[in-house]
Amino acid sequence: MNNALWRRAWLRATLTLSPPLAWFLVVYLASLVVMLVTAFWTLNDFTNQLVQSWNLQNFRDLFSEPYPHIIGRTVGLAALVTVTDIVIALPFAYYMARVATPRTRNLLFAAVLLPLWASYLARVYAWIVILQKGGTLDWSFSKLGLGAPDIGYSNTALWIVFSYIWLPYMIIPVFGAMERIPNSLLEASADLGARGARTTWRVILPLVLPGIAAGSIFTFSLTLGDFITPVLVGGARSKFIGNVIYDNIGLAGNLPFAAALAVVPIVIMIVYLSGARLLGAFREL
Amino acid sequence: MRRFRTTGVAASALLLAVAVAACGSSSSGSSSGGGGGPSGLTAPTADLPVPTSIGTGEGQLNLIAWEGYTQPLWVKPFEQKTGCQVRAKYAGSSSEMVSLLADGGGGQYDMVSASGDADLRLIYAGDVRPINPDLVPQIKNFHSFLQAPAFNTIDGKHYGTSLQFGPNVLLYNTDDFSTAPTSWSTIYDKKYSGKISVPDNPIQIADAALYLSKTQPDLGITDPYELTQPQFDASVNLLKQQQPLVKKYWGLASQEVSLFKTGSATIGAAWPYQTSLLLDAKAPVADTIPKEGATGWADSWLMATKAPHTNCAYMWMDYITSPKAQALQATWYGETPANKLACPIMDKLVKGSCSVLHANAPQAYYDTIKFWKTPLAQCGNGQNNCVPYSKWTTAWTTITG
Repeated sequence: MNNALWRRAWLRATLTLSPPLAWFLVVYLASLVVMLVTAFWTLNDFTNQLVQSWNLQNFRDLFSEPYPHIIGRTVGLAALVTVTDIVIALPFAYYMARVATPRTRNLLFAAVLLPLWASYLARVYAWIVILQKGGTLDWSFSKLGLGAPDIGYSNTALWIVFSYIWLPYMIIPVFGAMERIPNSLLEASADLGARGARTTWRVILPLVLPGIAAGSIFTFSLTLGDFITPVLVGGARSKFIGNVIYDNIGLAGNLPFAAALAVVPIVIMIVYLSGARLLGAFREL
Repeated sequence: MRRFRTTGVAASALLLAVAVAACGSSSSGSSSGGGGGPSGLTAPTADLPVPTSIGTGEGQLNLIAWEGYTQPLWVKPFEQKTGCQVRAKYAGSSSEMVSLLADGGGGQYDMVSASGDADLRLIYAGDVRPINPDLVPQIKNFHSFLQAPAFNTIDGKHYGTSLQFGPNVLLYNTDDFSTAPTSWSTIYDKKYSGKISVPDNPIQIADAALYLSKTQPDLGITDPYELTQPQFDASVNLLKQQQPLVKKYWGLASQEVSLFKTGSATIGAAWPYQTSLLLDAKAPVADTIPKEGATGWADSWLMATKAPHTNCAYMWMDYITSPKAQALQATWYGETPANKLACPIMDKLVKGSCSVLHANAPQAYYDTIKFWKTPLAQCGNGQNNCVPYSKWTTAWTTITG
């Protein structure tokens, strides 16, 4: 038996991989397919039961207001959060990887990772206290003689909270990429007369690009799929794709439309991941 | 009222309640109740047999409940008395309750503390079954409009028992309003732009419809939950005009409290429970039922079709409708009990709570409340041209999206 397996590597691989593969196919892909199929059905208004008649109405509805708006808001904010996190993470990761002493680096690492130990909700609620009218932010601004910004319950608040929540997921892969840049390359760049800015632009940035792409997968997809933070800190016009999906299942029972809407982030992520792959993101994961 | 506690809303992601969070069932507000069902619809479980007596307890009871509805304060005595161990699963929204009770509770759940916006959905989906009201003797001590309300009783068949209820009141900041506002028009008024806060719940369309039924009588709105397309469109239009004025559509009870505490919002639709929390925090607020009346919620304990512990379920209905249990829950949660006999016990628990929670109000007060019920395509008048709930959800997304 052992002998047979040893000689036929393909058989060994098949036996090892089939249980997890079957699990993946049956449980994950099958349920995904069932959901996608539902998107082509409709809801009977009178019985509130699913009607299995094939049509594209649910997808056509996606192109009528307010859905393009909601999709645009979700994608736009996900992109904005990603860019914000890149801008913050780059100097931070650079300092951690190349300037800080090992001791400081460990401290910074702990500082980046510690928030992940606390509940997501606790961190969001902390931000509500900071941002709400008369909260910490308003108080600090008025003490400084500036007007109170009063940005609680708005899309600005959403942007700040999302950027904070997902920042560690950007810093860690960027730090990994920074750390791997050989010193010799930076020295060579300096020897050839490049100043800091040029070295950053021509040497460091291209080398950490895969790290940035890897981090952006997290920040982008996590924002794209979130529906709790919009409820907690969003304003009067802060619905995300996830919120609309949530509203359509359960009591409304409109599974077909919810399924059609769920296809949107799937398509967006397929496009995004293909792009990230071109930038080498998967080498950094 | 000092004893009313927050229900730890902040704690759980499940509590993502969407404004439906703590609410209840509905009736047409008429005291007759239990009329015929909408034409063309039958409850699949209507003919299931009901027991004539309560047998020996099964030792367990699995409930789907609003958070706070199964407090040890009143569940412990029940467990000691009956030997039925209560296991509760908290639901964050009516939608979640409907999802959990799919397939009649799947042989796992016995009862659900459903709200009026979900009741008819559960009944007509066959997920809940009729009960024998004779085995719940306290029903005859209920306010008359809750004994056999249209939201949980159809063609004389009870699918559960009423529990607690409350109105959706107009909450306002007393610093900004020296005299109490008398009309819901204030929450549609440009004057209060950026200071208005209403629940993030499609059933809010009924609030607009109720307002229009008084201010635009030519629309012919008689029931805010049974709207023809033109009536529905008019209500949605009103809410679309309101949208730019809204500071926040609140999804969690705690959000409305914090909005009013910080002064972010000064007028809006809320629950009496939130008013009492705000008054406890010394916030300058008051609430009122405006001249147009108000919508309201009423919760019922409904029996799951595949309930595995029916004897314990009947014991629970018998217990939770008793004056003592009703008073405990009402004062703990800040809602009005269905049982009229709870009033003196409430006052013993929390002085003055009976009248503050309107547990002994005159019938005229209850008549002003239009209780939530699931909007169906079948109108109550035999017509089939009403807008169903799934369309309410779509319209609500259009308004708030």
